[in-house]
Amino acid sequence: MKGAAVKAATMKESVLDRAGRRNGAKETGVLIKDMKVSRGMRVFRVANLAFLLVVVFLTLYPFLNILAQSFSSEGFINAGQVNLFPMGFNIETYKLILADSTFWRNYGNTVLYTVVATAISMVLTTSFAYAIAKKDLKGRSVFIGIAVFTMFFNGGLIPNYVLISSLGLRDTLWAVVLPNAISVFNLLIMKSFFENMPRELEEAAAIDGLTQYGVLFKVVLPLSKAIVATMVLFYAVANWNSWFQAFLYLDKPELFPVTIYLRNMIAGVTTAGSAGGTTENMGQIAANIQSVTIVLTVIPILCVYPFVQKYFFSGVMLGSVKE
Amino acid sequence: MTGKPRNKPGGWKLAIKRDWRLYTLILLPLAYFAVFRYLPMVGNVIAFRQFQPGGNIFGEKWVGLKYVTLFINDPSFWQAFQNTVILGVLTLLFCFPMPIIFALLLNELRSQKFKKLIQTVTYLPHFMSVVIIAGMILQNFSMTGTVNQIGHTLFGTTVNFTQEAAWFRPMYISSEVWQTMGWGAILYLAALTRVDESLYEAARIDGANRWQQTWHVTLPAIRPTIITLLILNIGTFMAVGFEKILLIYNPLNYATSDVISTYLYRVGLESSNFSYAAAIGMFESVIGLTLILSANAISRRLAGTSLW
Repeated sequence: MKGAAVKAATMKESVLDRAGRRNGAKETGVLIKDMKVSRGMRVFRVANLAFLLVVVFLTLYPFLNILAQSFSSEGFINAGQVNLFPMGFNIETYKLILADSTFWRNYGNTVLYTVVATAISMVLTTSFAYAIAKKDLKGRSVFIGIAVFTMFFNGGLIPNYVLISSLGLRDTLWAVVLPNAISVFNLLIMKSFFENMPRELEEAAAIDGLTQYGVLFKVVLPLSKAIVATMVLFYAVANWNSWFQAFLYLDKPELFPVTIYLRNMIAGVTTAGSAGGTTENMGQIAANIQSVTIVLTVIPILCVYPFVQKYFFSGVMLGSVKE
Repeated sequence: MTGKPRNKPGGWKLAIKRDWRLYTLILLPLAYFAVFRYLPMVGNVIAFRQFQPGGNIFGEKWVGLKYVTLFINDPSFWQAFQNTVILGVLTLLFCFPMPIIFALLLNELRSQKFKKLIQTVTYLPHFMSVVIIAGMILQNFSMTGTVNQIGHTLFGTTVNFTQEAAWFRPMYISSEVWQTMGWGAILYLAALTRVDESLYEAARIDGANRWQQTWHVTLPAIRPTIITLLILNIGTFMAVGFEKILLIYNPLNYATSDVISTYLYRVGLESSNFSYAAAIGMFESVIGLTLILSANAISRRLAGTSLW
């Protein structure tokens, strides 16, 4: 009893302490000044900020470089003169790519695959996570074990390839959307979210005569919008970016996602030939065209990035909370 | 786990009667795991069986250790094995500590605004498709790319980074650091927010300077996170950036760039030696599993932290 009171008191203290620190940044500043911030410390702070800003610049640089190249003309790229700003402003390549029907078809495929794959993943992940979050479900630990083991051991490239081929999934959408439908990492995040839901809510709903389905659809899911949104973003970004499944299992260009369009360009399979380049300037046209394609592929990701980043962070935080 | 009283009595019959709706929810996901995760594991038997493309996915007849002895005597395999180990070690040396240092430096920032901005920017590469990353690497290291522009200004020479075997490792590792440093810091930053302020207070009273506080308070506080991530990293040691390497390597730099996974990709899917490649793949997975199990066991004994 006494111990609990002491604990509560210290907790309160540390909360107060933390709150004080948070809204009193100035105060701490004064405090530290009173303690005389050493010159070394001050030098460190400036150097640290400068260093971190350099890191920011280096992180952004390749993106800016691609953007600059996409608007530059071949001559300048070839002369190695393009770095941060476009040289010899040129939007012809954008027009060219935007007029390419294969590009649009592949872009459409990416959207289709992302939507279908994310929908399948969400159904599978949510239902599994909900069931294994029930601590009194018989066989629960076996089901969890079945999922977690696949994080550390997998069949490998060849058996997977043989399997997908023999299932007759080659050159179909299913070869892209099914093999990685459940991410165990996402599954565990969702499971721990469901586990932390107050039991009373579901018990009350059950007393009201709802079945386990009813509880899931009418009570739990409406309260889980945040985690559902997080998971949708996790899966959607992964699917939007994926290329390897498509690369392995799709042979028909009209089925390719846009990542394969770009990959073939980088690998020199799709040459600038279709874009009317002559052989001697193929190299730098390729650099220019690649940059344009990269920019056009990245745009949707950049648009959702602010949301994604916030949700990803909270998702990772959720996942890092140990049970 | 709290043992709810209604959990104890009754066997499967009772459980199914009570929870059959929950079990129906599990059916599809279990089918998924069975078909797309466990069937391929079983499919590894083709490493010991003759396999015909289009035939039985478990092969036609037993051939024993034929394919295992084949790769053990294959110099190209050992070349790839060596490259894998070297890239794996370099990744652990350079890519693993960077996020920790980065998180500690970010934590020292007093302006929340800057902190937020820096985080937002440095997470960005994590959200890019590996195809885009590969495109950026090849362009930046190309003959006319930025790296050569700087090299030309400073030293008056240009280097064909993307083609020369000697330059593959620096190219791969530096791009890997660029890609993973920001996002890798996220778990450490999360752990840092949970460090008890009173510990710093106590350290200050004891006369610890900032550096000593970092060494004696901050680092021990994030130690479990460091160890957990180290174990996970060791577990993926053998799988070194397969997709990225596949996109940026070429025959001219195989001497340093070809790793086990890319080698088995070529052997299996480009030359259609499925059984041979499956044998190599199994070897790779078994080493991976062994590494993570031993890392976990060692860390449980020495540090008291483990994944399970």
